Amino acid sequence: MAEARQIVVTDDGPLLVSGPVEVVLPDGRRVRSDRPVTAICVCRRSRRAPFCDTSHRRKVRTSDAATDDEEDRAQRHSAPAG
Amino acid sequence: MLSDTAPRRVDPPALPEARGPLSAAVLGALRGWPPAMPHLDQADPYGDDLQLALYCCYELHYRGFADIASDREWDVGVLGLRAELERVFETALRKDVPAADGTVAEVTAELDALVVEQVEGRGPSWHLRRDGELWQLREYVAHRSLYHLKEGDPQAFVIARLDGPAKAALVSVEHDEYGAGNPDRMHARLFAEMMGSLGLSTAYGHYLDAASAETLAEVNFMSLCGLHRRLRGALVGQFATVELTSSPGSERLVRAMRRLGCPEQAVAFYDEHVEADAVHEQMVRLGVVAPLLAAEPELARDIVFGVRASSFLADRFGALLLDSWTRGRPTLRRPLTDAPTPAGSMR
Ligand code: FES
Ligand SMILES: [Fe+2]
Ligand SMILES: [Fe+2]
Repeated sequence: MAEARQIVVTDDGPLLVSGPVEVVLPDGRRVRSDRPVTAICVCRRSRRAPFCDTSHRRKVRTSDAATDDEEDRAQRHSAPAG
Repeated sequence: MLSDTAPRRVDPPALPEARGPLSAAVLGALRGWPPAMPHLDQADPYGDDLQLALYCCYELHYRGFADIASDREWDVGVLGLRAELERVFETALRKDVPAADGTVAEVTAELDALVVEQVEGRGPSWHLRRDGELWQLREYVAHRSLYHLKEGDPQAFVIARLDGPAKAALVSVEHDEYGAGNPDRMHARLFAEMMGSLGLSTAYGHYLDAASAETLAEVNFMSLCGLHRRLRGALVGQFATVELTSSPGSERLVRAMRRLGCPEQAVAFYDEHVEADAVHEQMVRLGVVAPLLAAEPELARDIVFGVRASSFLADRFGALLLDSWTRGRPTLRRPLTDAPTPAGSMR
């Protein structure tokens, strides 16, 4: 029997599929990803559908951050790109 | 399998100019002058002098410097200086970020906090996306070149200090950073192409003299953690911080560049990071951090330290840029030609 392809379902984010994949969209468009692992958007908010662009993330306004600490941390996004 | 890209020689950069007694001592040691250990009691751990001195010590482990013998890398005089500088830097960071409690739950909470997005945030990428000017974008890229022209290299040092699933997953992410076998897709290469299309020099180390202490400190923290096996947990925390925060930040920079009418070749670097780091985030959390903690839960404390210290240094860098830019001042020590002239400086 062929080895089953693993698909990882993340907590609140994308599906992870390994190997190059071709995704067929409802309109018939085929999109290819050659990444070793591809993150498929399942929240339907991605602007790069069918791939995840982290748009699934929880968003807070500075004014309604639950705590000062949360507000502080959410401001910290100026590290270099990964 | 084999690339058509013509191999190019990377010329090591010239030594920078000293910024004070500590960097002068390191530069002297690199040139082979008799070692002189300066006083460190008064040294500003995040200041220009110490950060440049440390950066020069570390650069020996990367591309080195023009006309400096390669064996300076293991010169005991240089290493002795480096150890003193590292002690001051690490002690300050441990004092300036909240101490970790050592629990695995805290690591989870810390990483969860990194993936909460602001609706309207601060920070250079927010500013650049909203109303940043081209000279500010070019400054940003010039600062960042100190890391991105060797992107992935500081973190590669940790590979030999890991085992099993965490090692395999970290190498998969690094493989992607290095272009997944294609040198034309290497992130450092994409960054150089972006620099070229923004009219910046693509030469390795070209902006070292221009880079601020804040810029150098972020890269030095990566090198510090990469080069010390003792700090491998902190390196993983640092790696997680950039991989987890990169995707949305990169998206803002893509929009900034499109708004400013930059050529597509310039946009490619950050554009690639939007999707790539949406994947890297998951691989780092599920593939690197989780198995590492399962195998070595005692690393929790330093993983949190790595996240907090790199965030702390990123904040300092962000604050420098925003404070200066809102006053219309350049942030590079050697301003670019299109940057505004600081008022009164030419009189
Ligand atoms: S799952 Fe990530 S953007 Fe939809
Ligand atoms: Fe990445
Ligand atoms: Fe990258």
